[in-house]
Amino acid sequence: MNDGFNFALAVALIPLLPLGGALLNGLIGRRLGAKGSGALATLAILGSFLSAVAIFLQFQQLPEEARRLSFTYATWIHSGGLSVDWSLLLDPLSLMYSLFISGVATLIHLYSIGYMGQDPSFARYFAYLNLFCFSMLTLVLGGNYLVMFLGWEGVGLCSYLLIGFWFTDPAKASAGKKAFVVNRIGDFGFLLGLFLLFTHLGSLDYLALEQGLAGFPVGHWLPTAAALLLFLGAMGKSAQIPLYVWLPDAMAGPTPVSALIHAATMVTAGLYMIARSHVLFSLAPAALLTVAVVGAATALFAATIGLVQNDIKKVLAYSTVSQLGYMFLAMGVGAYGVGLFHVLTHAFFKALLFLGAGAVIHAMHHVYHHVHDHQRDPQDMRNMGGLKAKLPITYWTFWVGTVAIAGFPPFSGFFSKDEILWQAFHTGHWPLWLMGLAAAGLTSFYMFRLLFLTFHGRYRGPEAEAKHFHENPWVMTLPLVVLAVLSAVAGFWGLPHYLDFAHLGNRFQEFLAPVFHRGSDLALRHAAVSHGSAALEALLALVSVAVAALGLLEARRLYLGKPGLAEARAKAHPVLHRRLMNKWFVDELYESLVVKPVAGICEFCYKQVDGLVVEGMVNGTGRLCGWAGSGLRHLQTGRLAHYLTAMALGLALLLVLVFTR
Amino acid sequence: MPGPSHYLLLSVLLFGLGLTGVLVRRNALVVLMCIEMMLGASNLLLVAFGQQAGLPGGQAFAFFSMTVAAAEVAVGLAVVVLLYRWSGGTDIGEVRLFAGPREERP
Repeated sequence: MNDGFNFALAVALIPLLPLGGALLNGLIGRRLGAKGSGALATLAILGSFLSAVAIFLQFQQLPEEARRLSFTYATWIHSGGLSVDWSLLLDPLSLMYSLFISGVATLIHLYSIGYMGQDPSFARYFAYLNLFCFSMLTLVLGGNYLVMFLGWEGVGLCSYLLIGFWFTDPAKASAGKKAFVVNRIGDFGFLLGLFLLFTHLGSLDYLALEQGLAGFPVGHWLPTAAALLLFLGAMGKSAQIPLYVWLPDAMAGPTPVSALIHAATMVTAGLYMIARSHVLFSLAPAALLTVAVVGAATALFAATIGLVQNDIKKVLAYSTVSQLGYMFLAMGVGAYGVGLFHVLTHAFFKALLFLGAGAVIHAMHHVYHHVHDHQRDPQDMRNMGGLKAKLPITYWTFWVGTVAIAGFPPFSGFFSKDEILWQAFHTGHWPLWLMGLAAAGLTSFYMFRLLFLTFHGRYRGPEAEAKHFHENPWVMTLPLVVLAVLSAVAGFWGLPHYLDFAHLGNRFQEFLAPVFHRGSDLALRHAAVSHGSAALEALLALVSVAVAALGLLEARRLYLGKPGLAEARAKAHPVLHRRLMNKWFVDELYESLVVKPVAGICEFCYKQVDGLVVEGMVNGTGRLCGWAGSGLRHLQTGRLAHYLTAMALGLALLLVLVFTR
Repeated sequence: MPGPSHYLLLSVLLFGLGLTGVLVRRNALVVLMCIEMMLGASNLLLVAFGQQAGLPGGQAFAFFSMTVAAAEVAVGLAVVVLLYRWSGGTDIGEVRLFAGPREERP
């Protein structure tokens, strides 16, 4: 242990600082003013980030096998066989998550000062945002599943609060409700998985569970069932088929929230949970295959919907669902570290893209406000166009994000996405590789479509409006620039070995290796990242870049070439276009398969069970007393003689009873 | 010489007569007199049993009871006077205040 560095305190500070910020902002935030409130929240999360960086620097000096520190602060629950502590676990996995969560969150807090400064509820906003950071950091740093679950539910709550932040709009309020309800379905599976693990292994502590699982053979029913239940939780939180439907609707929240919660951090909680449970998942090949198939299917499916959406945030939302699918694909083929690398790079470029979209929306909103137009939608790309010259910083940073997500070298998305595709191919899941490859082409198409529609061509509003555009203030552009730099260079932390000419090594995987090595100790074949033929890997990378280039060229032809080409294409395939526009009618399907039957059962319970049975019993009791009263009141004549007769008869009866016994 | 059973029989007859009178007569004065008759019946029993047991307590109790009865009659007569003032007669069948105010009677 290093002298003078208090790990226990530093780790505890990471979640506690945002919690303090949330409390302060909730209590006195309104008095601080928008800038003060935002600065307080930003400083709180910046403190977390600095603490995480300090830990990272100290961590580098520890030997590899010592990089797993567990801190127990107090007992939470001690009852019978159940004992749960308030404990935090520090290892490369939780540290990696803490670093990028607090780092990206700091930038987004800063950005929010500019974006939400005009909103009257700024203090509530920053309190929620800090509370979210607290929950998320608790989730990743928790030392056992119950602490993780606490954070898990906490982020769900904050997500609900922030999606429905403008709760006076019924559509936004119900989007929040939808997110909450859909997530509950997943959480239900998560909880059942925890119950199963606790019943059979007697603990919820990560370390104890890993030791308990060591005795199980690969493919045993218990790890399989537990892994599938946990994956149900991950599906809900990380928006995978069939529980992805809440994420696109979650775009009702403020755009920085979409960037932080619904793109960069919270939605990767499911990935974290699988990585944290990798011993369990590696014992369950069937569950892993499910993860891989669901991931690949989601990647492709969401990408098809993204092709035709007109709302700039909706495109990014479907792209998030699709990218999360890639990460699950990596997890499913056992390449946990590779999936996590994409989590990291995606956090950078997707946060960048959302913040860029937010900057565009902010600018559009200002212009519409200036010309007193409240009819047009500032998020609809059909109203934009030609913003490149008006918002240069936003454009160039957005460009970096687009190229990164589309997977062109040397930007980060290329390295992380190709590594996933390579692992899928290399482990023999070539149909899944093909799906991922197709999704890569679609991704490139819809991202460049977005870029061209928004920034290129001519402004599609009245000419007079165009001069009202202004680049946003520095608090909004600085995060964009930082994230753009990170999106551009992050890939070099995880160089594939065929490109590693300088022998830098794959820094990212080496950092995470101690976490997953324990998995390979348990004779788990997939856990360690394996390398195949370098030539084949390079060839496949070329193929995927070529596919991405195809997407780019097609988008360029349709949206920068002759006008009307895209509309003609839509007219040529009316059925397909209608299905895509309506998101494959999945919401309608759920409406008729799930919502309507549930509503019908509720209606039945309300009208029949509650209305007839329960109310019948309650009202019946009252009515019975009424009837009895109106019958018996005739005994009460008021005549003294009648009362006396009754008394005498009663006395006589009593005497007879006493004396004849 | 009458034995205890004779006293008992007489007492029961007197009590039953008084009770019947209380139950069936509607004149308040008659009812009061019938109550006195029931009290007399019980006093008779007290004295009779006291004599049989050779204890003076029975007679003492009878005196006590008579005193209370005198007080009771004083109160009872006052009630009858009030009843007369209120209803213009002494018919207790007219008095049905237990059944609530007059206008609400079934």
